Amino acid sequence: MKYIDEYRDRALITKLAGKISAAASREYTFMEVCGGHTSAIHRFGIPSLLPKNIKLLSGPGCPVCVTGTDVIDRAVAYSGMDDVIITTFGDLIRVPGSETSLERKKESGSDIRIVFSALDALDIARSNPVKRIIFIGIGFETTAPGTAVTIKEASKAGINNFLVLGAHKIMPPAMEAIVSEGTRIDGFICPGHVAAITGSSIFDFLPGRYRTGCVVTGFEPVDILQALLMLIDQVNNADPKVEIQYKRAVPAEGNRLAQKNMKEIFVTSDAVWRGFGLIPASGLRPGKEYERFDAELSLPVEVPFHEENRNCICPEILRGLKNPGDCPLFAVACSPGNPVGACMVSAEGACNAWYKYKLEK
Amino acid sequence: MKDTINLNHGSGGRQTHELIKSLFASKFGMEEPLTDSAILNKSGKRLVFTTDAYVVDPIFFPGGNIGKLSVCGTVNDLAVSGAKPEYISCSFIIEEGLPMDDLETIVDSMAEAAGAALVKIVTGDTKVVGKGKCDRIFITTAGAGYLEDGKEHISTGSHVAKGDKLIVNGSLGNHSVAVLGARNSLNFSTPVLSDCASLNHLIKKLLDGCRSIHFMRDLTRGGLAGVLNELSEMTGKGISVSENTIPVDEPVRGVCEMLGFDPLYLANEGKLLIVAGAEDEKNIMEIMKSDPLGINASVIGEITDKGGQKVILKTISGGSRILDMPSGVQLPRIC
Amino acid sequence: MCLSIPVKIISIEGQMAEVSAGGTIFKAGLQMIDNAKEGDYVLLHAGFAIQKISDAEAEETLRLLKEINEAG
Repeated sequence: MKYIDEYRDRALITKLAGKISAAASREYTFMEVCGGHTSAIHRFGIPSLLPKNIKLLSGPGCPVCVTGTDVIDRAVAYSGMDDVIITTFGDLIRVPGSETSLERKKESGSDIRIVFSALDALDIARSNPVKRIIFIGIGFETTAPGTAVTIKEASKAGINNFLVLGAHKIMPPAMEAIVSEGTRIDGFICPGHVAAITGSSIFDFLPGRYRTGCVVTGFEPVDILQALLMLIDQVNNADPKVEIQYKRAVPAEGNRLAQKNMKEIFVTSDAVWRGFGLIPASGLRPGKEYERFDAELSLPVEVPFHEENRNCICPEILRGLKNPGDCPLFAVACSPGNPVGACMVSAEGACNAWYKYKLEK
Repeated sequence: MKDTINLNHGSGGRQTHELIKSLFASKFGMEEPLTDSAILNKSGKRLVFTTDAYVVDPIFFPGGNIGKLSVCGTVNDLAVSGAKPEYISCSFIIEEGLPMDDLETIVDSMAEAAGAALVKIVTGDTKVVGKGKCDRIFITTAGAGYLEDGKEHISTGSHVAKGDKLIVNGSLGNHSVAVLGARNSLNFSTPVLSDCASLNHLIKKLLDGCRSIHFMRDLTRGGLAGVLNELSEMTGKGISVSENTIPVDEPVRGVCEMLGFDPLYLANEGKLLIVAGAEDEKNIMEIMKSDPLGINASVIGEITDKGGQKVILKTISGGSRILDMPSGVQLPRIC
Repeated sequence: MCLSIPVKIISIEGQMAEVSAGGTIFKAGLQMIDNAKEGDYVLLHAGFAIQKISDAEAEETLRLLKEINEAG
């Protein structure tokens, strides 16, 4: 497959791995903040290609994992209403809320449908004029523009039975929360698809304020290895900066059209990140002109206060301070079939990857 | 949440295995190892007996339908145990309102599949339930055949040894992708057809032509990864497979890359895994490549001594990782 | 969730395109892409084309990597 297979070339990978070993003259700790990178790194067996002095951490890059329990609880409450159809990305269906999950509600008869795109949800709204269709908008800057475009289309077409339960988040505030705490991170593997939308300047604060370099990275093994080489060079030369490895998909300015749509529809808001707590100005909600599409405003519901399991160490894992193997619940009380904490709920969560690929402690 | 049956129990992965072991096998007094068919003794001839239920959604999909699936699946369960499949029973649970034309098409497919596999459908049952009490049609089969001499080890894996080669007869994931595409709920259209087929003729050629076939199993729910983990657990041996030798068709890759599926965990309905002594590798590949159901056969790995009971995947990038037992539902109602 | 792969535009109708991933056809909204043409490669994510793949940049990256590969 074009633009994929060339970046899985075995000879090239071996060469890059060799160069990394040669250049890695000290200890390095790099963090990725994208579920796509978490799974790519483990799926391709990248850690087995690296020398022991390079440590790869997984940060809060899995949007499903960091979606607050209150979002699930709200969706569950909506699904109990007679005239409501819940539409959601498949990833969210098994996430446990305080009392139940959307999957269980679906099994017991609620109209909950998995969609591949926000546009599919809008189509369902068009074909079901007497129902209220609520789309659960999760995801970072890669996914948010799609929701924005869909809200815009709904507005243009005068569709008034389409609502969005807004749970989109933006990445930089979470990255800043981690770096400002003083966790030792030598560089960031930056999410390539987020940057395809936003451009690379959203990461300028990393070298600018925290002398931490970063590389906007693609998702194939060659991309990840090339980015690691670039990060090692930055550290070795004490030259932290923002570089783009994923040039074929990320122009420096990103996607202006997508940015324009986001700005038109959304405003930033405070958001609760599961395992992290409240991070100011890290969420996206429909702005004043599009408030009528905001499910939370149109359909206020009470949600139970949820206390995370005290033994769950997701907060430390998401910050790169501990490994999934360090958690007392890991593989015992907490597993992909029965997730307790944020990092286990999604296939892209650190704990889920750790479990699936049976990584050693 | 733990007191009811949920979809995970029917996924063919870890939860299914636990349910079978802890409830059915233990209460029915079934002995380990639990194999696809039961080998029963009766004066002179050894009866091989199996049962299966088919709840695939949708009932018609590119490359087949629930009827064809039920015959081929049952034939395959018998054949991979080393038996000559002979008789099938089928019981239908039909939802009120199913068009007669649909039923006739399904029954025609079953007759055709039975004819091609040289098996007889000898008995059955029909029940109809009210609208909404089952989803169009469910089919439960039982299959019986006779075990060829000296073939008991094929299903238990007792002869599997270090150095044995692992071979599959073709590309993986086709059935799952064809069925998923036919569901239309994820808005893609694919040229992929289900690989639903009876493997007994190919298996007979292989068993007649080779002396060191040590194990066979078909790659249904749980996919290749499921079977590899079962094999590793049954034999206590380590397994190593190479990703770049596992055939996957391009359109299947496209779906997997886009939707986040791993083809190694997807269900197949015309694929099997063979484990054989290295001396039989060339022979097996020749027989495979000369059969339409084995044209894309590939040697994918071997039995190792390393790391005990683990399945290691050498990735396309040359790295390696553990290939774990599937857990939870990959795709519901795929067969 | 971040899943996004390069796909080829097969046909365009209004703001929607049919795109191919190895021969399987998906639908993609083109609302965020200027001047999309049949034959272009785009990143498909959650039903939208989110960026065009630059063949020139891809070539350049591979050329650079080839140099690394061939060097010592």
